[in-house]
Amino acid sequence: MAALDFSTGLRCRVCGKLYPKDAINFCKDDFGPLEVDYDYEAIARTMSRARVEKRPKTMWRFRELLPITGEPTVGPQVGGTPLVRADRLADALGVRSLWIKNDAVNFPTLSFKDRVVSVALSKAREFGIKTVGCASTGNLANSVAANGAAAGLETYILVPASLERSKILGTSVFGSNVIAVDGTYDEVNRLCTQIALKYGWGFVNVNLRAYYAEGSKTFGHEIAEDLGWRFPQHVVCPMAGGALIGKIHKAFTELNKVGLVGQPNNCKMYGAQATGCNPISDAVKTNKERHKPVRKPNTICKSLAIGDPADGIFAARLIRETGGWAEDATDEEIVEGISLLARTEGIFAETAGGATVAVARKLIEQGRLPRDEETVLCITGNGLKTLDALYEAIEAPVQIKPAMTEFESLLAGRDPVVA
Amino acid sequence: MSVRVEIPSPLREHTSGLTEVPVSGGTVRAALDDLVRQFPTLGPKLFEGGKLRPYINVFVNDEDIRYLDDMQTPVADGQVVAVIPAVAGG
Repeated sequence: MAALDFSTGLRCRVCGKLYPKDAINFCKDDFGPLEVDYDYEAIARTMSRARVEKRPKTMWRFRELLPITGEPTVGPQVGGTPLVRADRLADALGVRSLWIKNDAVNFPTLSFKDRVVSVALSKAREFGIKTVGCASTGNLANSVAANGAAAGLETYILVPASLERSKILGTSVFGSNVIAVDGTYDEVNRLCTQIALKYGWGFVNVNLRAYYAEGSKTFGHEIAEDLGWRFPQHVVCPMAGGALIGKIHKAFTELNKVGLVGQPNNCKMYGAQATGCNPISDAVKTNKERHKPVRKPNTICKSLAIGDPADGIFAARLIRETGGWAEDATDEEIVEGISLLARTEGIFAETAGGATVAVARKLIEQGRLPRDEETVLCITGNGLKTLDALYEAIEAPVQIKPAMTEFESLLAGRDPVVA
Repeated sequence: MSVRVEIPSPLREHTSGLTEVPVSGGTVRAALDDLVRQFPTLGPKLFEGGKLRPYINVFVNDEDIRYLDDMQTPVADGQVVAVIPAVAGG
């Protein structure tokens, strides 16, 4: 079904030069990032709500807006995660209308990264690439390893050695070549660029990055569809490399452009980071055009610990242009955020989700997020992957002997609830 | 021995295919200026208005020069200056 590939090439976001579709991520003239270019008029003629709604509930419902040729060969079941009406959290935060887009239950590796990886690896196979890899703060590592294993690809995954044990284990289990690098994420990332340039392997977030990043748009497409083909007024999104926030906004703009949503995209975008690694929120708050890189990130929120985000400039600009804002949360606030979300909505998010909830709370208290309007919080990863961050903060269970007297002594002073 | 500048593959068409170019100069700025003197078509790729383009990172012995002394970072014989595209990761 090659007819459904509406991508026309890769366009430089700095100078606009158009390149043929290939495994490249930067412009040869100015090193600017390349982004997939589409024939939106052709998409508008083909794509309709009815057509989308007839397809299985996965991210590939929006395939006309994704840059692959033919059927996806990697991750055909990714996406279609719940948009949850979060009334109890809304009450706790003192806002009228709140939703959680919950990619903590994305398939197969419980984070939004499965969206980007399925596009990047499907594309890698189209290009005939047999060895793939990534630089990762954890979630991407899990996803490249799992989806790569299912696709029968050789995978090389480079991570900072300081990563959570569960994220390293959850990568190695898939038979990947996992390499723990004694350095920061940015150093791992630089090394991967050197490897990709030398060996020509398909690094999903290096030379396949233009395709990869497009997968994130489906997070936004699904929000709009699940709201009944409309956009929320506000979106709060965690920022590591800074690409997701831009792609969610782009997804809304596209849906309007191709006629699936009539409402213009006036959604305000808000970014969340950890205080121990806050280059983008700092750039927004201090009105810097270009972020100042953080050399040594120091936070429990390792999935957001990118000191020199590739999309930092674009994310800060988008936040400013849409009228949103950015904030960051301390480790303590992040743990409180995880706990608040878990206790009010029964959703266990990883540290990035804790940062997102904590930042939303701050923005509401600052009056930047209006209490009487509608906000979507982006939960991008699962709490079971970052248990290390919680062992000290969450109370261990009370221990008793198997005797009714002991149980009832626990209830002393409480009103026992009789079923 | 001299300072060597590592050239990423997409720029090698400007260096007659060389992966590394020996240069002279005591700082990153001087080393890159000498590189551009030897291969003038590299100039507009690396610099705009005399300033390094925003999507290029430069490393001296694997350390980002923004954490050192930026373009004034000293370089000595035997050291490697790497020019690496910045648009990756996340």
